[in-house]
Amino acid sequence: MGDTMDRRATALRQTPAGPTGSIPAVERAHVTIRGLSKRFSNVIIYDKFDFDIPRGKLISVFGPNGCGKSTLINMIAGLIPLDEGEILFDGKKLSEIKFGYVFQNYREALFPWLRAIDNIEYPLKVMRVPDAERRARSEKLIAHLGVKLDLKRYPYEMSGGQQQLVSIMRALIVEPEILFLDEPFSALDYEMTLFMREQLQRVFQETGTTTVLVSHDLEEAVYLADWVLLLSRHPALVADFVRYDDARPRTDATLSEPEFIRVKAHCLDVFQREVRKG
Amino acid sequence: MKRLDPFLPIVGVVGLIVVWYLAVWFQVVDPVLLPSPTNTFWAFWKGMNGGALAFDFLKTVQRTTISTLIAAAIAIPLGIFLGSSERLYRSVEFIIDFFRSTPASAMFPLFLVLFGVGDKTKISVAAFGAMLVILFNVAYGVMNARKTRLLAAKVMGASRLRVLTDVMLLESLPQTFIGLRNGVSLALVIIVVAEMFIGSTDGLGHRVFEAQQLFEMPDMYAAIFAAGALGYGLNLLFLLVERRFVHWSGK
Repeated sequence: MGDTMDRRATALRQTPAGPTGSIPAVERAHVTIRGLSKRFSNVIIYDKFDFDIPRGKLISVFGPNGCGKSTLINMIAGLIPLDEGEILFDGKKLSEIKFGYVFQNYREALFPWLRAIDNIEYPLKVMRVPDAERRARSEKLIAHLGVKLDLKRYPYEMSGGQQQLVSIMRALIVEPEILFLDEPFSALDYEMTLFMREQLQRVFQETGTTTVLVSHDLEEAVYLADWVLLLSRHPALVADFVRYDDARPRTDATLSEPEFIRVKAHCLDVFQREVRKG
Repeated sequence: MKRLDPFLPIVGVVGLIVVWYLAVWFQVVDPVLLPSPTNTFWAFWKGMNGGALAFDFLKTVQRTTISTLIAAAIAIPLGIFLGSSERLYRSVEFIIDFFRSTPASAMFPLFLVLFGVGDKTKISVAAFGAMLVILFNVAYGVMNARKTRLLAAKVMGASRLRVLTDVMLLESLPQTFIGLRNGVSLALVIIVVAEMFIGSTDGLGHRVFEAQQLFEMPDMYAAIFAAGALGYGLNLLFLLVERRFVHWSGK
């Protein structure tokens, strides 16, 4: 327990070493959240919340129901206004950076009047990227991810997993600095969920984009993560920030390795403690 | 057996004609009031091929089309405008619902005073009725645009105008087509009623009414069937257009 807390403290507070020393990516904060406060009517969800999101890592956010997991990424991604506080990306504001967001409800997040490929290219259209370049960039992305789907189809002609894959590609087409996923697989059946975890892992390995994943499935949260952010009941605090640094690609075998089991058990402990508090 | 399923709708039609023939054969109804299907079809055929019925049919098509076009031209932009702000729509909702519930036929005297006896009155009353039906459907279509879809567009950096044109407009299309189909049906009802009474000299309503006055029963039934076919055809037309252009509707 104390061990993880120490590691967390190190990861967050360590400042860059000497000028020649290369800094491990994890120690450079990508997103800095300072003094974040948010209330819904009379419920305080966040009260002067501070947190740093490390760069180039996949962070899973996990916590009790209604603790504000989704609220957190929605505020970071600008979907919900903050009451107070500041969120900066390398010192820049949200409007100055490119980011991607994947909704839980892919059925309602994609545009059914556009073919899958046009859905994927839509963010570039908003950015007024010319036709030819749009096509070139989507082809590059498709090749990069090794996607073998007929993207000429409309979203409603695809399975749930395929639709969510299209959503993820739509988020990636802008080459985002940061990718947010709000319970992206919770509307899929188990078989498709397993497949999509592999897809997401692959995307992350290929692009190395800082990724924040909200999950309600602890196994999934740990399996995919470099770091698991465990939140307390509202007002949400960092209950723990747990490192999980097993090599990628992780496989089914990972799920039975002692380190995975240890980290998952630890996260469950913290979670249970937080649930009992409420 | 399954291969015959597409022909099921014909069963009802054949059944109706058989019952009709039997009714005529056994003289269940006075033969003067109920001509045989053959006579009726013959009257329909003659009327539509160079007869007065064809002319009246086209007149009604013309009036219904013009009034629906006017209604759509006003209601669609206005519906999008009102629907884009829920508070705005709520503030005029009562007026829309009130006049939507008012029988359009009650407006004839008023419109007669405004536009006189002629096509203008018929078309404007029909347009008025159809407009309110289309308006409230369009506004609801815009208001019920999926929040996630609007957020998705916003997250991708779309401006308010872009969200309106790229998302809200398309989101409202399925509901808009429901409004258009209901609107054109209502316009046809109002036009046919108007053609029966207020100083009309042509149109399907006039044809039905005149045939009845002259006791030309086959002609009257033929005109009624022509009106039915027109109503059904207009609905079907909008359905086909919807299926072609709003392919995602209901999916």
